[in-house]
Amino acid sequence: MPATPTSTSAAALPVEFRGVARAFPTAAGARPVLRDVDLVVEAGEILAILGPSGCGKSTLLRIAGGLDRPTSGRVTIAGSPVADYDARSAIGFQEPRLLPWRTVAQNVALGLPRGTPRAAGRAHVARLLELVGLAEFAEHRPREISGGMAQRTSLARALARSPHVLLLDEPFGALDALTRLRMQDLLLEVHAAEPTTVLLVTHDVDEALQLADRIVVLGAEADTDATPGASIRQTVVVPGTRPRDRGSAELAELRGRLLDGLGIDRHGAARGIQSTSTIPAFPY
Amino acid sequence: MTADASRGDALTSTGPGTGRAGAGLGRAGVTSVDRQSNAPVADRGLAVAAAGPLGVSGIDRREASDPRADGVGPAGPSGVAPRRRLVDRRWFRIAGGALLPLVLLVAWQLASTSGAVPVSMLPSPEMVWTAGVDLAERGLLGLYIAISTQRVFIGFAVGAALGLVVGAVVGLSKLGDILLSPTLGAIRAVPSLAWVPLLILWLKIGEESKVVLIAIGAFFPVYTIVAAALRHVDRQLLEAGRAFGLRGVRLLSVVQLPAAVPSVVSALRLALAQSWLFLVAAELIASSMGLGFLLVDSGNNGRIDRIFLAIILLAVLGKLTDAVVGLFERWAVRKWA
Ligand SMILES: Nc1ncnc2c1ncn2[C@@H]1O[C@H](COP(=O)(O)OP(=O)(O)OP(=O)(O)O)[C@@H](O)[C@H]1O
Ligand SMILES: [Mg+2]
Repeated sequence: MPATPTSTSAAALPVEFRGVARAFPTAAGARPVLRDVDLVVEAGEILAILGPSGCGKSTLLRIAGGLDRPTSGRVTIAGSPVADYDARSAIGFQEPRLLPWRTVAQNVALGLPRGTPRAAGRAHVARLLELVGLAEFAEHRPREISGGMAQRTSLARALARSPHVLLLDEPFGALDALTRLRMQDLLLEVHAAEPTTVLLVTHDVDEALQLADRIVVLGAEADTDATPGASIRQTVVVPGTRPRDRGSAELAELRGRLLDGLGIDRHGAARGIQSTSTIPAFPY
Repeated sequence: MTADASRGDALTSTGPGTGRAGAGLGRAGVTSVDRQSNAPVADRGLAVAAAGPLGVSGIDRREASDPRADGVGPAGPSGVAPRRRLVDRRWFRIAGGALLPLVLLVAWQLASTSGAVPVSMLPSPEMVWTAGVDLAERGLLGLYIAISTQRVFIGFAVGAALGLVVGAVVGLSKLGDILLSPTLGAIRAVPSLAWVPLLILWLKIGEESKVVLIAIGAFFPVYTIVAAALRHVDRQLLEAGRAFGLRGVRLLSVVQLPAAVPSVVSALRLALAQSWLFLVAAELIASSMGLGFLLVDSGNNGRIDRIFLAIILLAVLGKLTDAVVGLFERWAVRKWA
């Protein structure tokens, strides 16, 4: 399985979803968004959550962080229920959500755990800004940096917390392709240095394949009169150890399967290219 | 280049890895276009097209230090090299603002000296000046200005401080809102002059009655604006603050108060203007000193030159104090917004 005991420090904690459902009240009654989500994320694992826009990925992540509560079911971190705004996790929001009156460095410092000594905190922030490539923008205000730079600042803020569980909602969404690859590598470096459990929401199948130990695909049943609400449609264990070869054939096959799961035509079948099946579907 | 063609370029340049997912999901909606706004320059056609419904912030944000920013808007103001126009120049603003008062002064001089209007109705500027010098020599002008300014400052300080505290209570706590805002709304509806007889009965004609009236005048703009500003602090920022462990006083000082600072400062500016208004109301009715007293006293004695003097002094003092707060406001907005 993904995280071997040796690579798992005491810092990483497992997350467990049991029968989680979330419905939002509307004028026309409750609208189910998530239902029957059962998932165990192991300590130190990187789990990617894929799914079409609006299927409830952010909602699931917010529930894991105690920013939202499930309508039914329970979520635990290391066996104890997730508290409101649980201190064991840190979240990188889908939007940067930086305080406009603070500098980039001060925004990152907001993520430091409470009681961090001043000097140590400053050094940590500087190191993180260096890592995300924003060292020279430390004294800039959020309105003076680009959208992608703001998102990297937000990532650094979440990393500053050194959380037991790191929740990242499309952390690389606003980045150009090159910076995105660099940031993916950065995340893996950080994860290797200070192991933590990572739940990573993404739209990008290749990103999920590159980073994750396991990928879950969230989605509603295609059937129109099926029960509404998204659930886990597919779980894929990504073979191999990181860093993975971005061009490997094995990954290409998984990519095809995941794209199928997302309802996206690979445009291969028409040209007579059969999808081979050498990797067994999970569970084996 | 059309937006579509440039988009194609952007996607092929993303390399074998991410390109396909981008093509597959990128069309899903406006949000994903926005997310790519940091993509290579070729994407700008779409980014600009999306900026309309999404508001201007997307463009503003990229203006300053993004090396690609100069390519953002084909015709937008951000693409034009900043050339300072005449109306942006400081000396022009000052000269332009002084123009109308000078014209008025000349017209006044002409009207009063030509005999078209009798001096008992419209004294000449010179007469007003002489009246001022006369009062100054008797030590009254400085005294009146000082006492009026002091009343305004004390009343403003007390009223604004109370307005900040009560505005914070009403803006931050649901219970405070429910308990206090209907009553305060009713009290605010009372016209300022209605308080005067009551205050004189309770506090006599001393300083307190005037300071209290001015404080009432300063309280309401601050209370109303601060409560509204705190109630409407960006929910996403609040949630981010809470997610990073901020609660209670720390959430207040790190997120809520800074977010409200620009509104608070403009509230203070409004309150200061209101304080001068209430000062004159207080001094007109019951006082033995001050600019308002000068007005009534001169009215009773038919000293129209002194009436003009008092009105001009009120205008100048009000404008001066407002300018000082205006400078503070500009600083605060630059620092906090
Ligand atoms: N606070 C809320 N009140 C009502 N409905 C909500 C709320 N938050 C989310 N929803 C609904 O839940 C659904 C899932 O939203 P969510 O943000 O989790 O989607 P997502 O999978 O993250 O989408 P995207 O990939 O576009 O970010 C949406 O249909 C949305 O309308
Ligand atoms: Mg989302």
